[in-house]
Amino acid sequence: MTFVNWLRRHLVVIAGLLTLGYLLLPNVVVTVFSFNKPKGRFNYEWQRFSADAWKDPCGVSDLCGSLSVSLQIAFWATLGATVLGTMIAFALVRYRFRARGAVNSLIFLPMAMPEVVMAASLLTLFLNLGAQLGFWTVLIAHIMFCLSFVVVAVKARVMSMDPSLEQAAQDLYAGPAQTFLRVTLPLAAPGIAAGALLAFALSFDDFIITNFNAGSLVTFPMFVWGSAQRGTPVQINVIGTAMFVVAVLFVLAGMLIGNRRKRQKA
Amino acid sequence: MSTLTEAPPPLAPPAPEQKPPRGRGRLVPYWLLLPGILWLLVFFLMPMVYQASTSVQTGSLEEGYKVTWHFATYWDALAEYWPQFLRSVLYAGTATVLCLLLGYPLAYLIAFRAGRWRNVVLILVIAPFFTSFLIRTLAWKTILSDGGPVVGALNTLHVLDVTNWLGITAGDRVLATPLAVVCGLTYNFLPFMILPLYTSLERIDPRLHEAAGDLYARPSTTFRKVTFPLSMPGVVSGTLLTFIPASGDYVNAELLGSTDTRMVGNVIQTQFLRVLDYPTAAALSFILMAAILIMVTLYIRRSGTEDLV
Repeated sequence: MTFVNWLRRHLVVIAGLLTLGYLLLPNVVVTVFSFNKPKGRFNYEWQRFSADAWKDPCGVSDLCGSLSVSLQIAFWATLGATVLGTMIAFALVRYRFRARGAVNSLIFLPMAMPEVVMAASLLTLFLNLGAQLGFWTVLIAHIMFCLSFVVVAVKARVMSMDPSLEQAAQDLYAGPAQTFLRVTLPLAAPGIAAGALLAFALSFDDFIITNFNAGSLVTFPMFVWGSAQRGTPVQINVIGTAMFVVAVLFVLAGMLIGNRRKRQKA
Repeated sequence: MSTLTEAPPPLAPPAPEQKPPRGRGRLVPYWLLLPGILWLLVFFLMPMVYQASTSVQTGSLEEGYKVTWHFATYWDALAEYWPQFLRSVLYAGTATVLCLLLGYPLAYLIAFRAGRWRNVVLILVIAPFFTSFLIRTLAWKTILSDGGPVVGALNTLHVLDVTNWLGITAGDRVLATPLAVVCGLTYNFLPFMILPLYTSLERIDPRLHEAAGDLYARPSTTFRKVTFPLSMPGVVSGTLLTFIPASGDYVNAELLGSTDTRMVGNVIQTQFLRVLDYPTAAALSFILMAAILIMVTLYIRRSGTEDLV
């Protein structure tokens, strides 16, 4: 009876932890199989332990090339989407203008659209215009779908900012440019950073829109997709595991710094 | 993702009434909006128009396409590919329900029961994102492989007999069946359910639970009458964030499924990139878009949360 009671009291925790396990299981498999030495071309069955892939992560042709393409696109897409999105966010929060509703819908729609629809329609545009598919078309597409997410992130931050701080700066004879650079921008920075981070993650991991508009360009997700047909090198798992570890370390470092700051303030 | 999950910011004190700026200052918002809005108009809205026009064109790749208002493409596309459409709705719907059932306990755990582990669990939910989702989807091929531990266990427990009878698995396999595709879809979009659920649960004042308890509500009653209704915004945005991408997905159906599990996304991809039948592909994509927009509008109306952004 006591066991049943215990189970009843902790049912939510048990169910939650099971879900967490479901979420993390593939990452465990990816990590374990980065130390595999597969027999054939596919790395789906465990054979024996080997650290070969870790010693030579770029050992497969085109893998690291595709990684660098993805990083470049993610960098420029983040920059473009963050600048354009931040400007829109400021306009939406700080100014009154006509057609606000239409602007809001135009920003909401890309987020409520299945990726395959945006991918296909963008491809019809490029085909009709006779554009050469490649780096530039992918970059254009990435800026397009990252933009809305930046707007939402920055908007939330700017809305919570106290406008009297900027008025104070102006009362103290700061010009508009000075006020913006030394008061407004630093205040909005956390929102802009969050938007940029999101844009980078979205762009780096995007597959569907890239797949339609890349032509013969190969990004990292496209390399993985292709390898699912041709044969999956162990190096894919190495890169996947490394990205996971680096991301977790980054977050942990951020949390530690945040905690220390809090303690210093207290 | 933070679209629908972001907590509403604490409102800043109302700005003292500003005089509308005169002269050049009046144009500032338009200059700020111009580049971004232009980008969305040219690369989001205009493609939709081009797609609509392509869907009513006839012709061939060699001779070129012309707009002939050939609406029959729509009927032909629907007549030929309705099973894939049905499958998309069915798989995405099942995955969404599963995400809600699996995600709610975890979101609840993070919001109310995790204590000082809260941030750690939250990081563990988000961290998998940083491994490319294609790599993680491929990992399911290993997990569900024929003769692997999962299939073995399901076989011993005679679960596969039941799922075979239901028609969602075939033989002694899980891979290349609807079960594998739904499993992959559920896995891929689960964080999109958990995060909005967590944000809306976290906003609930725990004293409301105590108050319900003080008024002799049993835990199950408290959940039914207090917690769940208050988490509705999270449920609504979570289901949308799961269902919309899942219904257009073709990665899971391609990597974990077979030709019998193809979804509408697979058809659009094949028609566009391999068959090069642009009108049919455009028509299918247009139907998918319209269906999603109608469903989302009805759903938002019904659940009464209009201000999602």
